[in-house]
Amino acid sequence: MIKLIINGLEANAEEGWTILETAKFYGLEIPTLCYNEGLSTYGGCRLCLVEIGEGSKAKLVSSCTYPAEDGLVVRTDTKRVIETRRMMIELMLSIAPNSKTIQDLASKFGVKQVRFKIRNEECILCGLCVRMCAEQMDGRAIGFQNRGHKRKISTPFDIKSEVCRLCGGCMYICPVCQLRCQGPQADTAVCNACLTMDPTCLDYYDDLQCWMYDAGRCGTCVREEPEKSDRKEQSTKQ
Amino acid sequence: MEAQEIKIKSYITKYNNEKKALISILQDIQEEYNYLPQEALKIVSETLDIPLIDIVGVATFYRAFSLEPRGKHLITVCTGTACHVRGGPKILEKFEDMLNIKAGNTTPDAQFTLETVACLGCCAIGPVVVVDTNYYAQTTIRNVDSILKRHRKEEKENEAN
Repeated sequence: MIKLIINGLEANAEEGWTILETAKFYGLEIPTLCYNEGLSTYGGCRLCLVEIGEGSKAKLVSSCTYPAEDGLVVRTDTKRVIETRRMMIELMLSIAPNSKTIQDLASKFGVKQVRFKIRNEECILCGLCVRMCAEQMDGRAIGFQNRGHKRKISTPFDIKSEVCRLCGGCMYICPVCQLRCQGPQADTAVCNACLTMDPTCLDYYDDLQCWMYDAGRCGTCVREEPEKSDRKEQSTKQ
Repeated sequence: MEAQEIKIKSYITKYNNEKKALISILQDIQEEYNYLPQEALKIVSETLDIPLIDIVGVATFYRAFSLEPRGKHLITVCTGTACHVRGGPKILEKFEDMLNIKAGNTTPDAQFTLETVACLGCCAIGPVVVVDTNYYAQTTIRNVDSILKRHRKEEKENEAN
């Protein structure tokens, strides 16, 4: 049993656990993007950063890759950690502002502006699809190619891979290319839709099934519903 | 294709079919063909039991490997900071004019491939041009013609012999 301190609380971790797994076990929330329980860790998105050590020796490490150690002092929500996470979200937003997953993170962490050049790409190189293909689907059809600013994920020679079974696992797990953010201010980089949006779903679906995976959780549809129906009744009366 | 397959397999057996020798094997193939043919990579993948995508990942990571056919001679013009200040871009422009290709491309007769490099680490002798293994120091626009002529001449001599 490993004993460590997370946010001032004593925590016990099993042998081989990471900081992230320990924090999850104790119900502490650490945001993640490139982490998935069924896949190997990658440590690419840097959202799960936590501060370890004390005083001038304090440093930021990615909790999904850092093993829990005896006597480790971990802080998951210091100012430095949150500022860094905001910066990471801002950088990812500048690459893929259409991703709903990243826009949701931006709303959650209060990222209000993007100061970088908007690139409108469809990949943030989180590597989820590569690991999904290799580890869960046993396909190994896609992988990283080139390096530096030319780095990309593709099949060998950019043609349909012979080992690809078209299972769609890569698209299922992708945080960018599938779920589209369709906020009201689509021309700006940050939509902050979940904070400001009038629910569009009620206009389209009668059964109130939310077309955005998690959007119902924010409660905007529920809050806005009576007002909307009132408006509709009025308009039909007129 | 048969002969090619046997040749590539001989490169692999040279390293005892070891996976860790992948880069050495690719280097041998690159030396033989001046690029990495798709077929060759597939043979390496099957023989070494490494997923093709991993081999392509390695082959695209290193500048020394090319998936496109390259010319017989590789001309590398340094455009690093020191060479840039001393006129590297102008020399590159002259090469582009003389060969009638853009940087990164190969001449239609497959003789020369023109490439740029960020720094070769010998800034004191810049601007530097490297043709195959020959280093040309303090190059000027006037030298470009003679460098090309020299390598064209060598080529002819080799053919005559």
